[in-house]
Amino acid sequence: MTGGHLVLDQVGKVYGTGTGTGTVVAVEDCSLEITPGELHVILGPSGCGKSTLLNAVAGFTAITSGSVELDGRRLCGPELPMASPGADRVVVFQDSTLFPWRTVTENLAYGPEVQGRQRRRAARETALERLAAAGLSDIADRYPGELSTGMQRRAEILRALCNEPAVLLLDEPFRGMDALSRAAMHEALLETHARSGVTVLFITHDVEEAVFLGTHVSVMTTRPGRIKTTITVDLPRPRSLDIVTEPHFRSLVGEVSEAVRAEARRAFEAGEKEMVG
Amino acid sequence: MSALTVRPAVDFRSTALWRGVVGVLVAVVLWEVSTQLDEWVGVAVPFLAALPAPSEVAADFGELVLTPGYWSSWSLSLQRVALGFGCALVLGGGLGLLMASRPLLRQTFFPVLETLRPIPPLAWVPLAIIFWPTAELSIAFVTFLGAFFPIVLNTVGGSDEIDRRYLLAARSMGANKRVIFRRVILPATLPSLVTGAAVGMGITWEVVVAAELISGGGQGDGDGGLGFLVWNAYQGGDLPRVVVAMVSLGIAGYVASALVRRLGDHFMPWKKVSS
Repeated sequence: MTGGHLVLDQVGKVYGTGTGTGTVVAVEDCSLEITPGELHVILGPSGCGKSTLLNAVAGFTAITSGSVELDGRRLCGPELPMASPGADRVVVFQDSTLFPWRTVTENLAYGPEVQGRQRRRAARETALERLAAAGLSDIADRYPGELSTGMQRRAEILRALCNEPAVLLLDEPFRGMDALSRAAMHEALLETHARSGVTVLFITHDVEEAVFLGTHVSVMTTRPGRIKTTITVDLPRPRSLDIVTEPHFRSLVGEVSEAVRAEARRAFEAGEKEMVG
Repeated sequence: MSALTVRPAVDFRSTALWRGVVGVLVAVVLWEVSTQLDEWVGVAVPFLAALPAPSEVAADFGELVLTPGYWSSWSLSLQRVALGFGCALVLGGGLGLLMASRPLLRQTFFPVLETLRPIPPLAWVPLAIIFWPTAELSIAFVTFLGAFFPIVLNTVGGSDEIDRRYLLAARSMGANKRVIFRRVILPATLPSLVTGAAVGMGITWEVVVAAELISGGGQGDGDGGLGFLVWNAYQGGDLPRVVVAMVSLGIAGYVASALVRRLGDHFMPWKKVSS
């Protein structure tokens, strides 16, 4: 699937309407346009509603105002608050959702098989090719339970790509990993992104991660969550880890940090728990 | 397909196996000593001194295995267990999975099952006799009940613990309800179903023996099953034979449970690697 033109128009999400116990405005008036091939990072402190945005696009949560369109098709809006999940917008969560009862190859083949896009054998052949292209042929017949966290993440991102999504939704996929593994994951993700050209929406609260990975970084304010500013990261691609010490990288990190710092402090002082659902 | 390594049925190089063998031998030696101690040094070991010595039991065992009646006892008990357990696996597993995938069914019938579960299978014996035309079917029915509840409840319980994110991931990859049932709920629930089956198998043997005692079995050693064999030997005052029948039951239960675990391993190759 090609495309990947994602438009969020004044998206809002209010929790607790109708219960009479007060309401929380999680996300308000969020507008964002992501063009095909971008690796767009949404950066914000915990609880700012960035996952709510991703879940609205994925079809896991309903929005209360605004609309979302993908390649000109309305996913959700006033007439249909909750998008229906689909293989054009595959999500990779923070924790592995590789099916433990399937080998890596079988996991990769899952989407094309259940969508009826490919027959079992063809789906597995494609999966093997993708694994080979990523240099992961060794783990083809392993079960997820045998793999390190980093391997699981890489396999899961490949599994998502097997669905040939218009946009790949990554919800803090490298959170909780150690710094060295994260660095390796970042390079692997950039390489995968360059190879597939897929549009990526990436959620994180890590400034350096955002700047290193993103073509664009949108900083979110905290409750109500709004897009505060979008910064275009004009670092050359392909990027390698060497750039993290370069002055331009540092100055971009500084710029983004400044934008997000005030929000982080507000979130910290509010001390509220992240809303889910 | 995954590259499954074929495990030999018994691995003679396994230290665990040899430790197990040593354990059995030690138990037999202790048993022999405790039955003979009175004779040797004049000190009777409480309780155990009343047991027939393993040598006596072995002698009786050797005699018994030559009689066709002993083997038909095995066969009868096995048939009852197989029938009861088989039905419990199919109906219990089926009902469990049905309730796992349909919250409405689950919410409606779970309380009923929870009420029936604590009733000991043997309390069903009077009804079982009324329900079924033959004693054979009554015994199988009570045996069935013993395995049915652990299987249903484990299956339902297992499905409750499926990580919701697996369902989201599957939906996100375009799976519909039918596919989610077959390719997520079913495999994710399988481990609990197998646990339920293993528990159920254990209970099945307890129940079948008790049911055979109650039903009074047949007329001779051969037509009442292993449980009846115990009872019959006791009534005839043949203590070595009581122990032979007990050991036979132990072996039968052990083998049956091992079989369930083996089958479980076969259908869940991913369990072996991650543990």
